[in-house]
Amino acid sequence: MSRLVIDSIGPASSVQDAGRPGAQRYGLPPSGAMDLLSLALANTLLGNAPFAAAIEIGPLGASVTAQDGAVRVAIAGAARTVELAGQPVIMPRSVMLKPGESLKLGAARGGVFSYLAIEGGIVGEPSFGSLAVHARAGLGSPYPRPLQSGDSIDAPDAAPCPDTTLTLPPTSDAPIRVVLGPQHDEFGDAVAVLLGSEWTVSAASDRMGYRLEGPTLTHQHGHNIVSDGTVNGSIQVPGNGQPIVLMPDRGTTGGYPKIATVISADLGRLAQIPPGCKFRFEAVEIATAQQHYRAMMRLIRALPSQLQPVRAAFDLEALHHANVAGIAVSALDD
Amino acid sequence: MTAPLAPPRILLSGDTAVTVEFGRTIDMAANQRVLALDRALSAQPIAGVRETVPTYRSLLVHYDPELIAFDELSAKLTTLAQAPPSTAANDARHWRIPVCYGGEHGIDLEPAAQKLGLAADELIRRHAAGHYQVAMIGFTPGWSYLSGLDPALALPRHQNPRLATPAGAVSIGGVQAGIQCLAGPSGWHLLGRTPVRTYQLQRTPVFLLEPGDTISFTPIDAKQFDELERAAAAGEQVAERIKP
Repeated sequence: MSRLVIDSIGPASSVQDAGRPGAQRYGLPPSGAMDLLSLALANTLLGNAPFAAAIEIGPLGASVTAQDGAVRVAIAGAARTVELAGQPVIMPRSVMLKPGESLKLGAARGGVFSYLAIEGGIVGEPSFGSLAVHARAGLGSPYPRPLQSGDSIDAPDAAPCPDTTLTLPPTSDAPIRVVLGPQHDEFGDAVAVLLGSEWTVSAASDRMGYRLEGPTLTHQHGHNIVSDGTVNGSIQVPGNGQPIVLMPDRGTTGGYPKIATVISADLGRLAQIPPGCKFRFEAVEIATAQQHYRAMMRLIRALPSQLQPVRAAFDLEALHHANVAGIAVSALDD
Repeated sequence: MTAPLAPPRILLSGDTAVTVEFGRTIDMAANQRVLALDRALSAQPIAGVRETVPTYRSLLVHYDPELIAFDELSAKLTTLAQAPPSTAANDARHWRIPVCYGGEHGIDLEPAAQKLGLAADELIRRHAAGHYQVAMIGFTPGWSYLSGLDPALALPRHQNPRLATPAGAVSIGGVQAGIQCLAGPSGWHLLGRTPVRTYQLQRTPVFLLEPGDTISFTPIDAKQFDELERAAAAGEQVAERIKP
């Protein structure tokens, strides 16, 4: 069997999939990818199921090398420089690493997380149906912790076949949409402050929560409530009035009022906003939010129909003329 | 005929979950309704519901909006929450949990007793004499929040939560009692430690306690703790299940 060896990797990088919902009643967070759409893109490029486990790579760079055989991988998510054996590769696309060849990823530019998927998926022992790493509970496979240099991931031998790319849905810097509640009535005028202000992602953000900096959101009845359940995207407001958007490694319950919830279709987009960057919120009705949810799931299911072979280098000019730049190519393709 | 139950509040928790709220305080009656709705959903599942998370005062219902929309689900939950309970609450399982109180295992026992104006032995006696129910499990895997604490033993949480507290801590926070499974931060008063793992990945069942289970505590000494701790580390439950 081939292996993908991690030569170097930055912090906040771990194996993730769609997570392990189903045991939140026992206090077990779901974990899973911060940006599910990018995970699905990387997997689709390899013919994997959209939410198969892949390597979630944090904001810094990484380098991986194929050993004992060829390994086909694909990369999607936050834009970064990618080099295969020293030659640039334009993402998103799949690419085959011959034994001994390395794929080098630079730091994220204008995003946070990228997903490195392996053809055939990652070999590991699922717990509660998932390989997703949740280090505090000792869960995740092949390593129940963030990845480190020297780690090795088994991979099926890559068969010779054309590499693929696909045209990305356009990225958007529109406001992050929320549904108000469950405790927006604890806040009064602070709801208008949430929706009318610019927010900055704090450097203290992680897979548990994105801490936001901006005007103080004032509680009308104090900041302690009797704990109730949380979801991915819950915007809880602790005593200092600075909101925290809960992410997949969140506690399953919490004792701070939750003013609103980021809609599912925008949570990955929020996860990709780097610390120090600003954004706004916009409230939508629940029916609208659920339409966006259904549209996102339809989009993910339709991704395989968008796959295109990576064009040969001489097609570059033609692709530019066809106004589809960004979907291909590297000088490596023969 | 009993009067129909008051309707719960249905609160939006984003586009894939809804909070069914029965009260805003720690209230046994609200918690009983939470647990009853949880049992009812387990007995008569609604298509599209993914999982439920009981808490003291509300039931969080996670669902798939491709299978059921918010309006339809909230109507069904409202109806179900007002129906008379179909499953008796008293089939709850009862567990006897061994606890080594005080000393290195319960560093807050003496100061907590002083604050309550009790001798340490009396605090142990009264804490262990309680009949508790798992009101909810949350925060971190296996952290079991218990209702049924003797109100005379209630103590406000520490001003500054400890960043590190041991696995198995048995503690008091406000009017709640708790059993924590994993080591981690806590602002609660640590009365003792149990060797019981409420969460143990290599064991079947992985999660020992269910919301609704009832609990009593059995004091053990440090030597018994060490023996049971070894057995628990090897995968034994070491909690005694009394019924059913």
